[in-house]
Parts: sequence; structure tokens; C-alpha cells
Amino acid sequence: MTSRHAPVADWTSDFDHTDPTWVADPYPIWEDLRQKCPVAHSDRYGGTWLPVTHEYVSEVAYDTEHFTSRSVVVSEVRPGPEDLPAPIGVAPPITSDPPFHSIARRMLLPAFGPKPIAALEPFTRDLCRQLLKETAGQATFDAAVEFAQHIPVRVIVQMLGFPQEDADIFRHFIRQVLEDVDQSPEERQELINQGEIDAYMDNQIAEHVANPRDDLTSFLVQAEIDGNKLAPEHIRGTMVLLMIAGIDTTWSAIGASLWHLARHPGDRRRLSAEPALMDTAVEEFLRAYAPVTMARLVAQDFDFHGQQLKEGDWLLLPFPSANRDPAAFTDPDTVQLDRDHNRHAAFGLGIHRCLGSNLARMELRVALQEWMAVYPEFELADPSAVTWSSGQVRGPRTLPLRIL
Amino acid sequence: MTTEAYRVHVDPDKCQGHNRCYSLAPELFDTDDLGMASELGDGTVAPDLLDKARRAVANCPEYAISLTEVQP
Repeated sequence: MTSRHAPVADWTSDFDHTDPTWVADPYPIWEDLRQKCPVAHSDRYGGTWLPVTHEYVSEVAYDTEHFTSRSVVVSEVRPGPEDLPAPIGVAPPITSDPPFHSIARRMLLPAFGPKPIAALEPFTRDLCRQLLKETAGQATFDAAVEFAQHIPVRVIVQMLGFPQEDADIFRHFIRQVLEDVDQSPEERQELINQGEIDAYMDNQIAEHVANPRDDLTSFLVQAEIDGNKLAPEHIRGTMVLLMIAGIDTTWSAIGASLWHLARHPGDRRRLSAEPALMDTAVEEFLRAYAPVTMARLVAQDFDFHGQQLKEGDWLLLPFPSANRDPAAFTDPDTVQLDRDHNRHAAFGLGIHRCLGSNLARMELRVALQEWMAVYPEFELADPSAVTWSSGQVRGPRTLPLRIL
Repeated sequence: MTTEAYRVHVDPDKCQGHNRCYSLAPELFDTDDLGMASELGDGTVAPDLLDKARRAVANCPEYAISLTEVQP
């Protein structure tokens, strides 16, 4: 993907997370910044900060006083007066601050605990087997498009109780929200104003009000906070959040894991020979290729390790960089499938820990188990054809693999 | 012969529900309806579970789990 912005002149003072160099391989940039200036600044997007060490990333994640989650996607558009204000935000609870945050989050947590997620494993396994069956006989195919991306979409569609055949509607929408962040304010506002996805969600809400059943949408339309039903904007925002947060992210994690295994025959054969390694391997893939960089808005002027942060500045929160910090991880750039000290931050830290982490882990583990059972030997069909997403969720969007 | 005894404890103020401990050592931890973890019983670690307890500690992203030696 090409950036609409000028090339970056200096990563310490002019970084841009949509620059092609960052998109292709951000790890050397972060490594360099960790040594030069652990909090970089850029005037782009109206002013953005970038801490890169595990220590500073943690500090921001735990600090809900100086940073607000009102918007978590850095773009040319800051939240406007028409958006729900803090502490709720447009997509609760990810855009919510305390004290509302915990109310919105506690409502959703039971659906995403390890026990209810385990109940979705058979559906996920069947889905992976079906997708792999559809690739049978092809010598090469795009594993990002034909395999990885379908898994989280169809599982979240199942959880929300939407028709399975609607799964494809969301792919286009998600790319708009997450990957077209370097569009001009006018272009992006127009996109937001189109409101197609809101109309879809409103239809689903109405349909679930009329015919409640055992799914997340029915749960949301019946849920109450302090005896009141949720505002329609809250329900819609949460549903949009579950779609967005649940799809691009896990798609990326599955694709990046396959990309690694395609390029490392030793790891591939070891995982094939020792299936019991899968649990530590999944955590190691999540550490080394964590897809998600979050963001905050600075809530009040203050001094952060010598940098003068101003209210309304963006701050990128690169958990993938924290996961590669040698101060926190031994030999961080090497994937060790049996790494057993692994406090990685792929799912964030603090009160906004990824709500869907149990779901994502289950999907990644099942996808890799089923893949390895069918295709234990594979390689990149054309390394130069691999493309990576731009924006705050990083993963392969084109991944042609040759089955060996 | 004296044997060391160990206890695990999850600090509920630090736990954010990553569920690494429950996944690595379900013999020692449980999770509630919100996915928040706590030690089972009084947290006493049977000698054959000490390695699992150490791994749970070393994989908690929030540094929420402690493993302490207790006097028998």
C-alpha cells in the first residue's frame, strides 16, 4: 500500500505509521528509537507521540488520568462534538474511560471468558477444516485471503447471531476503518457519514429485538445499566467494536504465524513433530508478531519523561515494540517456540486488556493446529508478493504459499 | 527433614483477566464469571506443581502473581 503522505525524513521527529518503510518492517525503526529517544514525536496527524520501550508503553497503558481512550485510532480526524463524549466514547468499552469503562466492560466480560470461549472451539475447528478442504488440490494459494481472514469474521458473526452469508460485508468495512487512516479529513468524514454499517447494525438490532435468541446481539439489546436499557448508540458502537476488534487482529495473527513458519523450516518441522509445543508457540507468535498498536489522546498537558505532551495530542501505543524490547525479553528478535518466560503485551496491559484475548488465542491455536495437520510443509511462493496492512493492525494481507 | 512449602497468590487489583495462569496451571488457579483469576484454596502448591506455579508467575503480563515460601 502506498502512503498519501510525504516520505518520512527522520523517524525520531517525523514518524508516520502509514509510511511504506514502517508498513514493510517496523521492527528496525523501533529498535533504533529505543536507543535514541524512547519517546519520539511527529507533527503528523496534528501531533503524535510514540513511546517504544516496554517500560514507557506500560506506563501509558496504566495511566488513565493523563491519557484518554476516547479515540484509539490515530487519523486526521479527532473525535468531534457530535460523537459520544468521554467517558463513553463511540465504541464502548474500548473508547471509554473510568468510571464508565468498567460498567460497559463488565457487561461483556462473561461472554469472552475462557469457559464460554471453549464452547466455540468445535465450531472454529469445523470452519478451519472446511476452509482447508476448499484449498485442496491447489499448488499455491493466498493463505491470508483464502484461509486466515475468514476464521475470525465467521466466528464473530456466529457470536453476534448475524447470518453467516453476511460475513463478507464486513471485510470491506474493516479495511475502511483501520487502513485508510491517511486519507484527508474530508475523505474520511465522508466515509464515516456514509453510515452503511450503522444501517446494517440497526437492522440487526431491530430483528433481534423482535426475535431474541441466545447470541450476543440479543444479550446487548436486553442488557441494562442501572435499570436502563443501553442507548442505541452504545449497542451499535459495541457491535461495531466487536466486529472490528475481532477480525483484522486475529486475521493478522494467523497470517503472521504462517508467514513465520513458511520462512523457518526448523520451527515448522519442530512444531509438526512436537504438537505439545503449540501453547508456547502461540504465545511466542503473539509476542513476536503482535498485530495491534493502540492509541490514546493526551487528556491534559504534562511532562512525560522530558517530553511536553499537550492536551489533544495523539499517542501511539506500540505493544509490538514493547514485545521486542531487550530490557523485557531475552533475545527478543528470535522466535523461540518453547519460550517459557513470556509476559508479552500483545493483548495490551491494564484496564483495556483485549476483551477477546481468549477468543483470539483459541482461534489462532485451532487455525494453526488444523493447518499443520493438512499442510505440514509449505513455503512462500513469492516473497516479493507478500503485502502487509497499513495502520495500527499489522499482518499479511497477501500471503501466497506453495504447498510442498 | 524439612521441606519448603510454597503458596501462590493473585493480586486482584493487578489481575486484568489475561488468563495465562488458568491456562498454564488449572490445578492452581481458577477464573470467575468475569474471567478474573484467583488461586484455588489457600494457594498451597504441591511439590509436583512447583514448576507450573513458576511458569504461571513468569507468564503473567501484569505481574499479578506471587509465589512465596511459607514456613511449614
